[in-house]
Amino acid sequence: MKQRWWDYVILVVAMLVLWQVAFYMVGPDAIAPPLETVQRLGTLITQDDFWNNAKATGIAFFYACVLALVGGLVIGVAIGSSKMADEILSPILGTLYSIPKIVLYPVILLIFGLGLSAKVVFGAIHGFFPVALFAIGAIRNIPPVLLRTGRVMKLSWLSLARTILLPAAGPEIITGLRMGFSTTLLGTLIGELFASNAGLGFMLMRAMDIDNVPDIMALTLLLFLIATGANTIILAIEHHVHAFNK
Amino acid sequence: MRNPAFWRLMILVGGVLTIEVLCRSGVVSSYSMIPPSQMVVALVDMIRHADWFWSDARYTFQNIAVAILLSIVLGFVIGLIIHALPRLRRVLNPVLLSYYSVPTFVFYPLLVVIFGIGPSSLIVMGAMFGIVAMISSTLTAIDRIPRVYGKVARVGRMSGWQTAIRIKLPAATPRLFTGLTLAVAYSVTGVIAGEFIIATAGLGRQLTLSYNEFDSATMYGLILLILIFAAVINRFLQSWEARIYRRWYRK
Repeated sequence: MKQRWWDYVILVVAMLVLWQVAFYMVGPDAIAPPLETVQRLGTLITQDDFWNNAKATGIAFFYACVLALVGGLVIGVAIGSSKMADEILSPILGTLYSIPKIVLYPVILLIFGLGLSAKVVFGAIHGFFPVALFAIGAIRNIPPVLLRTGRVMKLSWLSLARTILLPAAGPEIITGLRMGFSTTLLGTLIGELFASNAGLGFMLMRAMDIDNVPDIMALTLLLFLIATGANTIILAIEHHVHAFNK
Repeated sequence: MRNPAFWRLMILVGGVLTIEVLCRSGVVSSYSMIPPSQMVVALVDMIRHADWFWSDARYTFQNIAVAILLSIVLGFVIGLIIHALPRLRRVLNPVLLSYYSVPTFVFYPLLVVIFGIGPSSLIVMGAMFGIVAMISSTLTAIDRIPRVYGKVARVGRMSGWQTAIRIKLPAATPRLFTGLTLAVAYSVTGVIAGEFIIATAGLGRQLTLSYNEFDSATMYGLILLILIFAAVINRFLQSWEARIYRRWYRK
């Protein structure tokens, strides 16, 4: 679907109007109006406390992402390459993907303690499964005739990967990586909400505890912007790859 | 012995036994995790003796059921509306695509202020989390109905209603079902997460309480219960989905 710039304008304006209307309906106890929220966000990002927390989130997210994306890709490709492993393990991965991982937060806290590793593990277990499942699907769906062609042409392992496997499985793998990126971000932030002593999620939880509505709204807005921004960028890359493959 | 289900069972048994041995031998300390056998004992004990169990379990499962129902029905209807209005769809597209990277739980305190502490805010939380998966799946489901089916309906001089019920709905069923599976999983997570944050009752709240009180028997019993519940629903829906796919995409 072709996205035009005024679609974004309409979306932003509509959301601001809804937000303002919601503010008039619910009142300042629950919602801060758009203008005040943006101003509050402006002050927040001048404070050292904010940047320390943002850095903590960034580091946790980076480690979690590396674990989830690399681990998911390696394991997914390995399972996808064997029909038997695919049949046996895919349903297990599917079930693990669907269980509410949020109930595991006390377990992860007890094992890893409050801090960076708990957040990283929490983020990684959210992102790992979609990456692995999409990688398995991508390898599974490569038409066998392509692989046979490669064998007939006596391609080396490297050129087989470069000229056949990557172009055939690439687009679906990239979709999986995007999902993995999003869910890892979600997992890291949830980990920070429930189980941490630093980070943007922790700041948000602290603001919730003392009912600081402008801070809650400003941080929510920021997280929303980061998440949608990152997702839009990766989506653009994904479209580029899909278009390139046609 | 080539049966995948057999190997899956072996892996499950092997995994549980490994954890059991790790816990019993003290590699994993008993403060972090109790052995799986004790988790089962704790769960059975809790179901039989804890006075809060049935009322809290009913509270949580009722909320989950209503949230699932709302997200599926509303998600389907909203999906139909958005599909009928391409303009609206273009505008909403970025939100639909990046919805699940935003931790929706941050809106929960807001819901509590609007709906009060109680079932309604938990249900809205669960439905908010599940509905977008259903909307997105409804959109793709309608997109992927082959054009030729519409032509068949026209050739057969079917009315709009007949086309919708007898041609479009069956053709969209498999993909709608994928959305349904996701909506169920997300609604469960939404309700339980809400109970973690602010609630006066429910299994999620009991879980937080037992964690704060270092009551690992209750905590692991509850975790086991919720995981078994989610896994059973998921396996059931997955096999149902596989049946539908086999029926519609038979070679």
